Amino acid sequence: MVQIEAQGLRVEFPLYHLGARSLKKRLLARAAARVRTDESNRVVVSALRDLDFRIASGERVALIGRNGAGKTTLLRSLAGIYEPVGGRLLIEGSVGSLIDPAAGMDHDSTGRENVRLRALYRNLDPDAQDVLEKEVADFAGLGEFMDVPIKSYSAGMSIRLAFAIATAMQPQILLMDEWFMAGDAAFMEKAEARLANLVSGADILVIATHDMTIARRWCTRAIHLDAGQIVADGPVEPVIEAMLAQG
Amino acid sequence: MLAGPLSLPETFAFDAAAPRRGEMARADLRDGFASWRLAWALARLDLRNRYRGSVIGPFWMTLSTLLMLVGLGLLYARLLGLSLGEYLPHLTVSLVVWNVIAGMVTDACTTMTTAEGVIRQLRVPFTVHALRSVFRNGLTAAHSLPLIPIVFLAFGHLPGPEAVLALPGLALLLLNAFSASMLLGMICARFRDIGPIVANVMQLAFFLTPILWKPELLKDAAVWLPLNPFYAVLETLRGPLVEGHAGGLTVWVAAILYSALLGGLAYAFFVRFRGRLAFWV
Repeated sequence: MVQIEAQGLRVEFPLYHLGARSLKKRLLARAAARVRTDESNRVVVSALRDLDFRIASGERVALIGRNGAGKTTLLRSLAGIYEPVGGRLLIEGSVGSLIDPAAGMDHDSTGRENVRLRALYRNLDPDAQDVLEKEVADFAGLGEFMDVPIKSYSAGMSIRLAFAIATAMQPQILLMDEWFMAGDAAFMEKAEARLANLVSGADILVIATHDMTIARRWCTRAIHLDAGQIVADGPVEPVIEAMLAQG
Repeated sequence: MLAGPLSLPETFAFDAAAPRRGEMARADLRDGFASWRLAWALARLDLRNRYRGSVIGPFWMTLSTLLMLVGLGLLYARLLGLSLGEYLPHLTVSLVVWNVIAGMVTDACTTMTTAEGVIRQLRVPFTVHALRSVFRNGLTAAHSLPLIPIVFLAFGHLPGPEAVLALPGLALLLLNAFSASMLLGMICARFRDIGPIVANVMQLAFFLTPILWKPELLKDAAVWLPLNPFYAVLETLRGPLVEGHAGGLTVWVAAILYSALLGGLAYAFFVRFRGRLAFWV
């Protein structure tokens, strides 16, 4: 069964390379809630503090909250990139993460070469590589630019390519940051249809967003994070209202 | 939509109270070696990007080695009182192999830090980054290798059947390169001072290892040479190719011992700190 379950999930960022001792002192002197020293005298930031939640198959979850609330960190933990320092995390199902569109891209390679490279990152067999290449070329609509190094792409073209590559797979659990809202209008129309497809195909969607219209439109549940803790968790509308009321 | 292997169900369970570090490290190694194609593609990209726009590309390495051979060969053969026929085959093999060792060790320090973008965004086995570094240096080295047969032919130095023993020596070298990439890659990500220290050590090691000079010149003191790990590894390749003997039992035992030590250390470090690496880079 596809599900995500977290119990007491805790992620801490050690702040290495803190040059001056004075900086360390100043950080700690502010009696901050999230910056502290751990047992081996390192300065750590508590990015996520004792999160408990369970996301069942079929749920569409919006992670909302201020900048630095821990939304992206939680996505990265769910993607298996950041290993928790405390608690338990269980993920059942294949995970596809759309966190950074440019991850693993080589700027000196052409669009086509980058698609091949991404196929290798995903460990696809040669047949699937061909399918992926064709899919991406069709969808991104870059035409002859597919064979031009991507460093000469405009920002919009890069997004189109990245979006096409990232969304060409159908994972069971889809993790998303809100970067995909960029792009020109004509492309966004196409992108919306594809996203809708992807989202409806996935068993679980977790999306980090600042945009309440996205949360309202795509999601069935919202988790409001603040300072690395869950403030509210429940149906989208009440959670958003409570957050907005709080300011 | 594409249904790749990613859509196969997989389970990821993590419990901080029982992290199963060994198991996860072995899974990383296994998956990493299984994706050697990715590491190979990345290594070739690195090489292509490094020499983009250059006319002779990686052959600059060959040219610089050749220049060093001619310059140092003429000078040191004279200084050491050896004939060119005696000295140049020794110098060629030593210098080519040393360039491989030095390149791999220096590159090992940036194995993980240069892959920062990938490490923080995608879940790719860390082993892939280490393999990439080994492949990249192997590819670079391959451009200098032809110098060895050219010099051998020019001076009529034909190695005997023992030359086959250079193959296990090469395997040992690659194994060490991989271990070093893992170990130094991780340590240098955590402690940014290690990189410059390693560069200094390698410079010193160049003079302390019999590359420009021959081990025999040390006379009685030569018995201490196997204490130098670089000498042991170098000799497993040079012995079969140049001196026409297998390099001696001591050298092989020392080389295998050092490799096991480095490998063990790298493995232990990887098992313990694999989970922290994403926070270090």
